[in-house]
Amino acid sequence: MRKIAIYGKGGIGKSTTTQNTVAGLAEMGAKVMVVGCDPKADSTRLLLGGLAQRTVLDTLREEGEDVDLVDVRKTGFGGTLCTESGGPEPGVGCAGRGIITSINLLEQLGAYAESEKLDYVFYDVLGDVVCGGFAMPIREGKAKEIYIVVSGEMMAMYAANNICKGIVKFAEAGGVRLGGLICNSRKVDNEQEMINAFAEKLGTQMIHFVPRDNVVQRAEINRKTVIDYEPEHGQADEYRMLAKKIAENEMRIIPKPLAIEELEKLLIEYGIAA
Amino acid sequence: MADRNQQQEVVMSLDEQNPETVKADLLRRYPIKIARKRSKQIVVNKVGACDDVPQISSNVRTIPGLIGQRGCCYAGCKGVVLGPTRDIINITHGPIGCGFYSWLTRRNQTDPDSSEDKHNFIPYCFSTDMQDEEIIFGGERKLRKAIQEAYDNFKPKAIAVFATCPVGLIGDDIHSVCREMKEKLGINVFGFSCEGYKGVSQSAGHHIANNQIFKHVVGLDDTVREGEYKVNLLGEYNIGGDAFEIDRIFKKCGISIVSTYSGNSSIDDFSNSHTADLNLIMCHRSINYVAEMMDKKYGIPWIKINFIGAEATAKSLRKIAGYFNDQKLIDRVEQVIAEELPEVKKAYLEIRPRTEGKKVMLFVGGSRAHHYQELFNELGMKILSAGYEFAHRDDYEGRKVIPSIKVDADSRNIEELEVTPDPGKYSPRKSPEEMNALENQGIKFSDYEGMMPAMKDGTLIIDDISQFETDAMIEIFKPDIFCAGIKEKYSVQKHGIPLKQLHSYDYGGPYAGFKGAINFYKEIDRMVNSKVWGYIKAPWEKNPELTATYAWG
Repeated sequence: MRKIAIYGKGGIGKSTTTQNTVAGLAEMGAKVMVVGCDPKADSTRLLLGGLAQRTVLDTLREEGEDVDLVDVRKTGFGGTLCTESGGPEPGVGCAGRGIITSINLLEQLGAYAESEKLDYVFYDVLGDVVCGGFAMPIREGKAKEIYIVVSGEMMAMYAANNICKGIVKFAEAGGVRLGGLICNSRKVDNEQEMINAFAEKLGTQMIHFVPRDNVVQRAEINRKTVIDYEPEHGQADEYRMLAKKIAENEMRIIPKPLAIEELEKLLIEYGIAA
Repeated sequence: MADRNQQQEVVMSLDEQNPETVKADLLRRYPIKIARKRSKQIVVNKVGACDDVPQISSNVRTIPGLIGQRGCCYAGCKGVVLGPTRDIINITHGPIGCGFYSWLTRRNQTDPDSSEDKHNFIPYCFSTDMQDEEIIFGGERKLRKAIQEAYDNFKPKAIAVFATCPVGLIGDDIHSVCREMKEKLGINVFGFSCEGYKGVSQSAGHHIANNQIFKHVVGLDDTVREGEYKVNLLGEYNIGGDAFEIDRIFKKCGISIVSTYSGNSSIDDFSNSHTADLNLIMCHRSINYVAEMMDKKYGIPWIKINFIGAEATAKSLRKIAGYFNDQKLIDRVEQVIAEELPEVKKAYLEIRPRTEGKKVMLFVGGSRAHHYQELFNELGMKILSAGYEFAHRDDYEGRKVIPSIKVDADSRNIEELEVTPDPGKYSPRKSPEEMNALENQGIKFSDYEGMMPAMKDGTLIIDDISQFETDAMIEIFKPDIFCAGIKEKYSVQKHGIPLKQLHSYDYGGPYAGFKGAINFYKEIDRMVNSKVWGYIKAPWEKNPELTATYAWG
C-alpha cells in the first residue's frame, strides 16, 4: 500500500487534482482510499457526487464510542473509499487536533488493515502546514510520499517551499519523502520552465504539468471528476497521465528548501525573462 | 561587583562555613550558562546602611531540567486566591485533572455559619471535564451548560470560571460566555484567563485573580457596616484556622474585619471591602495588587503587618492602633497584649532549651519564608538559609527596589489595570498631614521592607531552589528542620531531616496570632527532638558486613 499526502497552498486545486488523479488510478484498477483532512470536508465531493458524507468527527460526536468503519466511509467513483475528517466551525476549537483524532480513529477501526487490500491511501490536507495537527499525515510514518500542488504564482511557490521545510523536519524521524511537484497551471508566463527549475533546485521533479481547462470547472459544478464527467476530453487524459506517472514514480527524495533570496531570484529570472 | 569586593574584605561565616564557598559548591555541577543564571538567584546576604541588600534575581523562568517547587498560573489564581472563598462556585474549564488536583488541597478552613445563607461550595469540585470533542469543536457550549447546571443545583450568588491551558490554546472566549450567563441568570458570573502556562510561576495567577476580583466584585455593595476600626485583612488564607485566631484577637481588641482576602471569606465581604478604613497585608506577594488598586480608587491606605510570631503579632496590633490613633483602641490593644503575651512567652521559654541553636532552612511561598522566621527566632533557632518559590525582588529586597525592577515579557503578558480615583467613592481616609504625622511615628504606608534586611549577614538567600540545591544544602549543613511543601516533604525526610509544610501545615495549625504561636512551638519541639529520624537508616546500611567465625569441628 502506498500512502500519499497532497499538500499545497490554499486554493491551488489540491482537492480537484487529488480526486481526478484518484479517479485515474481507480480506472486503472487500483483500490484507493481518500482521507480528507480539511474541516470543510470537501475533499471527496467529486468522487461521491456531493457532500453527502458524514465526517469522522461528527460521527464520533454523535455515536460516542460505538463507531463502525461503514459509518464513516463511503464508496465513490470506481470503487474508491472516501472518508472526511471534518472539524470545527471557523474560529472555534482546534482543527489540527481534530485531524489527529480522526486519523487515529480510522487506524483503530482498521481502515488501513491488510484485509482492506488497499493499493493507495491519499491524504488531502488543508492549505499550509500551519500546526502539528496538519502535519499529522506526514508524522509517524502515516504518509510516506508527498506531492505538492503548485503553480507559477509566487505565493504558491513560497508555500511549496515552506511545505518542503516541514518535510525535511519529519523526513528523518518519520521517513516521509517528496515524490514531486504537480504543476496545476494558472497560465503564468514561463510556468512550466519555472516549475521545472524550481523542482530541480529542490532536488525533485515536476511530475506533471496539468494545463488549465474550463472543463474542470464544469465537471465540478456537476459534482464529478473530469474522468467521470467527460471521459473523452483531453483534460481527462492529462489526469490519467498524472495517475500513471504517480503509479510508476520511483523518485523519493528529502527536498532541499530554497533560501528566500534564492526563490526570489528564480522568480525574477523566469518571470521577467518572458 | 561592588558587593563581591566587600565580601572579600570580610570573610563571612555561616555555621562555620564560608557561604561564598558553599555557593560555589552549589553551582559547580551546572553547565556554564545555567550556573551564571543561578548565581544571580543565590545570594550571600549582607545588610548595609539603610537596609540595603544585594540584588537577587527572581520571578524569572525556571530552567528546564531543574526540578523546582513552583506551581502554575491556574494554581495561583484558582487554588490560592479564590479557592478559600466559600460562596462562589468555582468552575474549572478544562480537562478533569486540573479541577480534581486543585480540590481541597490547601486546608483553607471556612465557617459557613458566619453568613446568612450558609453557602459553602468548598467541599465540591466543579469542572467542565473537557473531552477530545470540546478540544476540537470548542468548549463554550459545554461551559454554558455547566454554569447553568451549577446555578440550577445550587442557586449561588456568584459563579467564577477558570481557564486551563487547553482553553487558551483553542481560544474559547470564557469572558463572553460569563457575560451572557450573568445577564441570563441575574447573578455575578465572571471569568479568569489564568491558563497554567502564563507567567513564570503561580505568581501570575495571583495577579490575574486580584485584577478580576477588583473589576467584577469590589465596590458592588456600599452598605457601611456597623463597627469601629474597620479593616480588611489581605493575603491571609486561613490555613489550619489562622484567620480564626486573628479574628479572635481582633474581636478582643474591638477591631472590625470587613473582609479577609480570602481565608474564611464570602463574596459579600469582597463587594463591601471598599468601605474599610485600612488594608492590612499579610502575604505581600499574592495580594498587594488589590491593596494598591483600592488605595488609588477609594483612598484606603495599606500597611504591611505580620501575625506569624508572638512579638510580630503584638507589633502589628500596635501598628493598627497607631494608625487609628484613638486612645481607647491603643489601651485596649495594650491590654490584650498584656493578657495574651505572658502565656506565649512562658511556652517558648519552656521549650527553648530544647530548640536553642538548632538549624533551620525555609524555602516556601512568597512571604511565608519571611514570616516564619519570627517564630523560629523566638525558639532561639538559627536560620541558615531561606528563599521563595515565586516571589519578586520587592519581597526579598523591599519595595524600595520596585522602580529598578526590569519588567520582562513574561510579566508584561499579565494585564496591569489602569486605576483612577472613583468619582463618587474616592475618599482619602487620612489627610496628607495626618499621613505624614503617622509616617513620622514609624507607620510606613505602602511599604514592605522585604525578607533580606531581616536576615543575618552571611545567610544564603536562594530563589526558586532546585531539588539538586536542596539536596546539596542538606548534605552541607545538616539542618535540624527544613520548611517547604508537600512536593519536597518526602525527598527531604529521606535525608533523615523533618520537613514542616508551611503551605498546608501538614495536619496542624493555627500558627498565627498568640495561640497559634504556642501550637507552632510545640510542633517544632516535637519534630526536631523526635528520635525517629535516627532510625532512618536500616542496621545493614550502617554496618553492611556480617561478622562470623568459622567453627571447625
